[in-house]
Amino acid sequence: MPAPVLRHPTLHWLQRNLFSSWLNTFLTLLGVLLLWQLLPPAFEWAVVNATFSGSDSDSCKYIDEHGEKVDAPGACWTFVKIRWPQFLFGLWYTRNFDQAWRPVLAFILALAIITMLMLPFITPKRRYHIAVWALLLYPFMAYALLNGAWLGLPEAKTADWGGLTLTLVLASLGIIAAFPLGVCLALARRSRMPIVKTYAVLWIEMFRGMPLITLLFIASVMLPYFFPAGTEIDKVVRAIIAITIFQSAYTAEAIRGGLSAVPRGQYEAAEALGFGFWKSTLLITLPQALKISIPAIVNSFIQLFKDTSLVLIIGLLELLNVIQVAARSSQWKGYEAEGYIFAATLFFVFCYSMSLYSRGLEQRLDTSLAARRAQQD
Amino acid sequence: MAESKHPDAAAIPWWRRPKPRSYMFQAAVVAATFYALYVLTSNIIANLRERSIKTSFDFLNETATFAIPLNFFPFWDFTLGESVYWDVFIIGIQNTMLVMLLGIPSATILGLVLGVTRLSPNFLLRNIALGFVEIFRNTPLLLQLLFWHFAFFPPIYNSLPAVRESILMGGAVFNSAGIYLPSPVLTSAAGWALAATLLLAATGIWWLRRYSHLRRMATGHGLPVFSYGLGILVAALAVFAWIFSDQITVDLPAKRGLNYSGGMRPTKEIISLWFGLTIYTAVYISENVRGGILSVSPGQSEAGMALGLGRIMRMKLVVLPQALRVIIPPTISQYLNLTKNSSLAVAVGYPDITNIWLGIALNQTGQALIIVFMTIVVYETINALTSLATNLYNRSVQIKER
Repeated sequence: MPAPVLRHPTLHWLQRNLFSSWLNTFLTLLGVLLLWQLLPPAFEWAVVNATFSGSDSDSCKYIDEHGEKVDAPGACWTFVKIRWPQFLFGLWYTRNFDQAWRPVLAFILALAIITMLMLPFITPKRRYHIAVWALLLYPFMAYALLNGAWLGLPEAKTADWGGLTLTLVLASLGIIAAFPLGVCLALARRSRMPIVKTYAVLWIEMFRGMPLITLLFIASVMLPYFFPAGTEIDKVVRAIIAITIFQSAYTAEAIRGGLSAVPRGQYEAAEALGFGFWKSTLLITLPQALKISIPAIVNSFIQLFKDTSLVLIIGLLELLNVIQVAARSSQWKGYEAEGYIFAATLFFVFCYSMSLYSRGLEQRLDTSLAARRAQQD
Repeated sequence: MAESKHPDAAAIPWWRRPKPRSYMFQAAVVAATFYALYVLTSNIIANLRERSIKTSFDFLNETATFAIPLNFFPFWDFTLGESVYWDVFIIGIQNTMLVMLLGIPSATILGLVLGVTRLSPNFLLRNIALGFVEIFRNTPLLLQLLFWHFAFFPPIYNSLPAVRESILMGGAVFNSAGIYLPSPVLTSAAGWALAATLLLAATGIWWLRRYSHLRRMATGHGLPVFSYGLGILVAALAVFAWIFSDQITVDLPAKRGLNYSGGMRPTKEIISLWFGLTIYTAVYISENVRGGILSVSPGQSEAGMALGLGRIMRMKLVVLPQALRVIIPPTISQYLNLTKNSSLAVAVGYPDITNIWLGIALNQTGQALIIVFMTIVVYETINALTSLATNLYNRSVQIKER
């Protein structure tokens, strides 16, 4: 038998992955053609022909031979460059730009807490304490910073918040407020008490069957009717109530999945120790269930984070709406695409990093047979 | 027996025993609900009285005072000044269903293609598909819709020629004023007959499949079900067309005056909404497809190979039946998501139920309670039907363990 012909590893790789058969070669060429059609024009538009300088929309236009103002062929990043404080912090913080450190500090605080939770040398018990304290304290710290009145700083009312700051506030507050509600609902749905169980099922199924927009609409229309006449409810608060209710149903389902994945022996062991319902739930089963359901909760958080953009429908100036409004001003008419791409990049960075985290976690927590086999391969 | 004869049964006071406790707890929950309901109802009544709104269903028969933007495929037509609020409600449902019916097939096909491409041995294609999926999965649907509607499609519409130089393609007309498609027009008798014909053909194909299966079991040779079935369908449609030939006309867009009219006119709103929903849902379906195919262990395919099955038979008889069991339930829930997400129609101005009913009609009439209630009923019905379908499917494919 002749010895196998040695080939350059790169060639070998190319043949195996791109040109293994006629069909494959054809598909590869098709893919190259597609990329060739898409990428160079996109690059030209976004970088080569783009305008980065200037301070108004005139710098993205030039005078053609007929003496008319014409849009330059490339992207106009000047729009984003001029308006980014609005996009990130909303109108109030743009007017009082010396205060913009407040949302930034709130964001850094959140990042610091998350980093602390992920550090490897912190023991699980301490991590648990950090998480609980952060959940209890952080919303107030963030409110104090963003609103400012408690700290003696110029006050920015909730109605003044906007841009990415508002998006982050809505999403994180939504998930934090929905969490205890979700735990209760999940426990209630697994309860043996028929009335409690029916309540939980009704609540969960009702709010999972409705689009968030519909719920936001309902909240913005109906909430004033629910409270005694004359009560003024902030638009942001209405949105948060709707988001919390909506999210609680999804969190409950995630946690219920975790609860049913806890082996039966754990429940029985708790009973054998003589633990009652609360003791066995809080000390034995719920911590395990929460650990299992973290990936599902993170996934629903990603979904919620994307969905907070819907509050633009009820007129809140979050990231998308700020861009929308800016791109409708007479000066920047027609530069929507640049704004949308900027927003898309921001959303992508947040969502993609979270989904990488949840996927990694899922793999680490997945102790099923198939997963263990896959790890061995 | 250990449970019933607890050594200290008598020592435990009654209020600490599980049964009485559960009764007390539930009684407390019920009492709290009634109290909450009482407070809410009295607040609502007070608020309604203050705003002098009389809640009644009478407004459904009042004339709607606003125009609904052009309907594509008007099953239930709207005339300004004549149609009542009840019509608005029906048109809202109709438009939501329309997006659903258009979006589900296209999202399924694109999702299948994307999912299979992500498993392709071809490095380049696999990664193009991966990039596509990640981009559209990690950005909000609303952003995508706004991008398609306000940034992507307008330049395309603008690049279409003026009305005088319209592009004519097999009866369809494209110009800067819009898109006009030829639409078949059936008399209502022909419409019912068409439905009956399709039903008949479907029954025929079902019997054909059954007969083929029985024959395969008896003799080892089945029938080419696909080509025979196609034959049945074509023959049925041909017979239908022959009998009802005088009742079917095609409404062709034609130039009248300065512009075209007639035919079907898909509005820009529905195109953007359909396009955006298709891509967003397809990305999620592709993940289901990929996961489903990966969930079938390679040993299954190898076993098929050992039985002498070819590539296509192996896919059809061994891999797909097992993969579909994993793929279909989450895909049905994606269909539900598509329907729910069609409420983002508000952003592009498409008249779906949330937009014209919960939005405009509520604003005009102030009948918040009834309108909200009716909207919830619509969505919950769709939700219930979807979960019914999922449950039925799950039951039918459950592995029968003997």
